[in-house]
Amino acid sequence: MSFQLHRVSLVHPNGQRALSGVSFAAQPGERIAVIGSSGAGKTTLLRLLASALRPTDGSVEVLGMRPWQISAGKLRRLRSRIGMVHQAPPLPPRQRVITAILAGRLGVWPWWRSLLSLLYPADIAGAREELARLELSDRLFDRCDGLSGGQLQRVGVARVLYQKPEVILADEPVSSMDPALADYTINQLVTEATTRGVTLVASLHAVDLALRWFPRIVGLKAGEIAFDLPPVRVTEQALRDLYASESGPLPLHGEEPFVLPTRALGRDAGRRKSSCS
Amino acid sequence: MLLNQAVAHPRDPDARRRATALVVAIIVMWPLLVIAQFNPAILFDAKNLATMAAFLRGFVPPALSAEFLGLVMKSALETLAIATTGITLAFVVAVPLALAVTRSLSISRIGPGPGLWRATALRAVVRSLLTILRGVPELVWALVFVRVLGLGPAAAVLALAITYGGMLGKVYAEILESTDTAPARALLESGSPQGAALLYGLLPNAAPEIVSYSVYRWECAIRASVMMGFVGAGGLGQLMDQAMKLLNGGEVATILIVFLLLVQLADAISAHLRKQLA
Repeated sequence: MSFQLHRVSLVHPNGQRALSGVSFAAQPGERIAVIGSSGAGKTTLLRLLASALRPTDGSVEVLGMRPWQISAGKLRRLRSRIGMVHQAPPLPPRQRVITAILAGRLGVWPWWRSLLSLLYPADIAGAREELARLELSDRLFDRCDGLSGGQLQRVGVARVLYQKPEVILADEPVSSMDPALADYTINQLVTEATTRGVTLVASLHAVDLALRWFPRIVGLKAGEIAFDLPPVRVTEQALRDLYASESGPLPLHGEEPFVLPTRALGRDAGRRKSSCS
Repeated sequence: MLLNQAVAHPRDPDARRRATALVVAIIVMWPLLVIAQFNPAILFDAKNLATMAAFLRGFVPPALSAEFLGLVMKSALETLAIATTGITLAFVVAVPLALAVTRSLSISRIGPGPGLWRATALRAVVRSLLTILRGVPELVWALVFVRVLGLGPAAAVLALAITYGGMLGKVYAEILESTDTAPARALLESGSPQGAALLYGLLPNAAPEIVSYSVYRWECAIRASVMMGFVGAGGLGQLMDQAMKLLNGGEVATILIVFLLLVQLADAISAHLRKQLA
């Protein structure tokens, strides 16, 4: 079991209820897209899985450990095995791209290596390799404040690829990219998850990207799981219900007319039984 | 009528609070001015102006004999050495204390996780330690240390390390908390230790401000070491004390000029460093 949420609820300190009674589990190597309108609880769900938020109710288990019942040292090591791609990459504007990527391994590096790496980058080849996968290797030594929003998001992805975590969480990782680049970047995340057999959970506002790349789609509505299905079984009606609060057409990343897929996309998409709750 | 008002535009809900704060500030400040006997008119009283003019007239011409200039240079160097050593020691004292009280570097606050109560208690203890360190003026520490260590710069260095350690620690922590804390938070959430989160998450944003504040404190340390010279802790201050006691205005003027040059130097260094880090 890669992670398991059991009847998890979360109420933010300001009293706002973000999740209620969510049960959700994944095997190692699963690729899951979480979709839903803004405010549905997608970010909260990912931050719970990242052990960055503590549930108000229910239990969380990640990589075989209960993050809120282990010692501080174990929790820190657990967190270093989980990678999070943020929607707004939290990178200091004055930091160079290479430093931002190398920071992915701070959780496992000994302190002297983190310190020395500020004097001379510890692993230029490694950082460059991950950045090259996102076609951005020419910006390796540039400062983050010289990059566009989409480029910054790709640096954020490169940092997590460099971290080599056992669970990759991605919170709207391509929201600032154009359709072609978004598709390409999701492809890189999916490739990483497939080749290393790690779990990938991505929240996506755009329905087309989710259905194209992920063999399991979780629809989140008002803090509850509305459906949990392989893409072939996601009906147009289910999507309309999911985005009922948003007027207008379904949110898509691409501009071409959107057709629901009629066949299984991934190897394991058709095999899994749906667990609609 | 009521309906009309509501439609027009909503009122700023904070306006009343701002107005109250302003009135309270004036009410509090006025008696303080009276207690401080603040009355600028006294400055321009004819008799007082004459006294000041006589005092200032003693300053010209500045003493420029080679022998005295050599003495001033030696003392200036001593003052620089006191200030620099003092601020370096203060930095060593301040950094661990600042790290301990910076909330944005707290791992246990995420969640909150294990050790929250211990960490909160530790922050409170260190915060009051910082207050104690900077609460006693460096001049008082210098008087104490001159008794213990005898006349000379060592007393001033120790006094600076203590008082300025407290000041630097407090302000470093405040600078670290007022910069964007999201990068450090993200690093802590992916298992980074506190020190690494500081170096990779907070310092890139905070470094220019921290450097400029530290250099400014170095400038203050130069001034403070002059003051401490008056109580026998060496440097330009001790020289100025002797000149004043002998009513030698020219020598005082020379010392003040050298002193202004030192402050100019600090300013130039600060500007240069800030430009490098921008």
